[in-house]
Amino acid sequence: MTSLIAGGVDCDVHPAVPHLTSLLPYLNDYWRDQVTTRGMVDLVSQSYPQNSPITARPDWRPETGKPGSHLADMQRHVLDPFALSYAICNPLYGVQMVFSEDMQNAFCRALNDWLAKEWLDREPRLRGSIVIPLQNIEKSVAEIERCAADKRFVQVLMLVMGDIPLGKRALWPIYAAAERLDLAIGIHAGSAYHNPPTSVGWGSYHIEDYVGQAQAFQTQLTSLIVEGVFVRHPRLKMVMLESGISWIAPYLWRLHKFWRGVRMETPWVDRAPLEIVRSNIRFSLQPFDAPPEPTTLIRLFEHMQSDELVLFSTDYPHWQFDGQDALPEGLTPDLVRKIMIDNPHAAYPRLI
Amino acid sequence: MNIQFRETTESASPLTNKTAIADCDIHPARATRTELYPYLAKRWQHHLDVYGVHAYQGMMEGPPYPKAQPNASRRDAYPPEGGPQGASLSFMQQQHLDPNNVQLGVLNPLGTGQGIRNHELSAALCSAINDWQIDKWTSKDKRLKASIVVGNEDAMTAAAEIRERAGDKNFVQVLLLSRNVEPLGQRRYWPIYQAAEEAGLPVGVHAFGFGGNPITPSGWPSYYIEEMVGHSQCQQSALASLVLEGVLERFPKLKMVMIEAGFGWAPSLAWRLDKVWQRLRSEVPHVRRPPSEYIREQVWWTTQPMEDPERREDLFDVIKWIGWDRLLFATDYPHWDYDEPSRVLPPGVNDTDREAFYLGNARKLYGIN
Repeated sequence: MTSLIAGGVDCDVHPAVPHLTSLLPYLNDYWRDQVTTRGMVDLVSQSYPQNSPITARPDWRPETGKPGSHLADMQRHVLDPFALSYAICNPLYGVQMVFSEDMQNAFCRALNDWLAKEWLDREPRLRGSIVIPLQNIEKSVAEIERCAADKRFVQVLMLVMGDIPLGKRALWPIYAAAERLDLAIGIHAGSAYHNPPTSVGWGSYHIEDYVGQAQAFQTQLTSLIVEGVFVRHPRLKMVMLESGISWIAPYLWRLHKFWRGVRMETPWVDRAPLEIVRSNIRFSLQPFDAPPEPTTLIRLFEHMQSDELVLFSTDYPHWQFDGQDALPEGLTPDLVRKIMIDNPHAAYPRLI
Repeated sequence: MNIQFRETTESASPLTNKTAIADCDIHPARATRTELYPYLAKRWQHHLDVYGVHAYQGMMEGPPYPKAQPNASRRDAYPPEGGPQGASLSFMQQQHLDPNNVQLGVLNPLGTGQGIRNHELSAALCSAINDWQIDKWTSKDKRLKASIVVGNEDAMTAAAEIRERAGDKNFVQVLLLSRNVEPLGQRRYWPIYQAAEEAGLPVGVHAFGFGGNPITPSGWPSYYIEEMVGHSQCQQSALASLVLEGVLERFPKLKMVMIEAGFGWAPSLAWRLDKVWQRLRSEVPHVRRPPSEYIREQVWWTTQPMEDPERREDLFDVIKWIGWDRLLFATDYPHWDYDEPSRVLPPGVNDTDREAFYLGNARKLYGIN
């Protein structure tokens, strides 16, 4: 096993909202009444069924309640044993599935306030991500600005499968706000299920949805790059969370080939896709989707042609590795330091 | 000396100087809109004149994302006698088959009977294009072999078309497209795989098609480049579906060919499938072995468009992980993103692998000596 070092940043941990009723204290009278009168149920996404093996490591699964719903567990399972300096909380509560922009806005505000009060206030090593109501861009920007006053929020969080491709111009005010406020944009695995979860339609299985996350990340990278987001916002950092890693280089080879072939269609893209990725895009380490042989792993990292792309993550409490084996075999101490400390700090300006 | 005259096909070097190749993705075109009419009942001729094909997309003519070139094809590939690129056998011979020493050319007609909402029309057009492939192409040039185009959304009728053509040496595979109404592993398509397996024919899945699904899981993107790059994501999802629905398990002699969607993604997809399958296999007990094993045994890839790393040797790692015995050379003639046969493999590949890549694998898979 590759040795961990102390002081690392875990860029992807998932505190769980115990139930929709846990957000009631953070909703106004109208929305509290809506939730109770209409008998609304818990917003759990199909992306992570509570009892699915991938949703929680067996030894990280609590006796009762949702995995990741207790701060003491998170401290005992990751913050302490991995000797982390910071862990960035990415709540995956299913607020993105809501269609009403008003309801979604109320739930996002409640979720962000809940995160600040119940997690960030109680554990100084934790940092937060701002969940936004993407059904409405203005409200999303307003929520970013509201939360950004709290410096413990270091990122804006979106799902990889939403309503429209993430490069679309309609979303750019969000990117402008993030860049202005020194927030990274985190794009996490998962779907709002407003579109079929693969580009060839609805599959039959949970496993298919999960495998398909990687393809969704690929289509989003294409959109973000060719629409010109990073031409307009050169300082913006985007972090692909729970995306997988082994597809990055071959995907970029293909994009590069077509960019050379049809760049007249998007003439504002003035740098090669690989250069844009090097300067603006990062990827979280887990799930590390390569075979365990170090020789393959070394080649994969060489194909990426950069040691700055990968950020340490445990993906707590999801089951991606066992014991302390968060780092794949064969990484050099230099690369470990970059992945665990230097790269996360470079991606998140708000981490001091 | 830096000056190099552009190699033109007209003045190509003698055959003996060229590596013999298989081209596993050639696109024959119709010279006129009505070229298939002799193969269609009057009813369908009338239908096409009045209503068009009524595809799973909105445009009466042409694709929703305008191509980079007219007909997505090379501007130097217009036949002298007129018609679109790829519509003339003699010009295809002169420009491509002869100078590139193509020993085996697999025809994949596009824009024909697939992705059409009227499934009866779809079946009629597919049957027509299959007859047309024999009359216009394979009966006139023995190097060329046809694909059985089938109406993808009505699998029972598609299976009947496959059974009717089974044993006809003009055909070497069944042709599907990657984008359909549902992912390709779904039960509704199984009769196609069953018939193909019985006929001993590989099923080719060519990039493209219309099934009504947005071509990203976040909806419709803006640009042609996104559609083009996105073919590989569609293909990955289609292959994942074929594995996870148990198609490759249930039809163990079935051979699948992934056509024109790249191959660089294959190792990563197989690793990811294996890793997730370890966790979630109780959901798919019909997938009895690690997904990568099915893929290694039952899937082939055509090469064009070859991925294009800055350091070309990086591609050798990927080919090694896939297996040199699983790649089938293709140019995509006459499309604009054609891969030039003499330039796709850098030096340093041994003769055995090179021969397999350019010709041997295709001959073996398609049973052509």
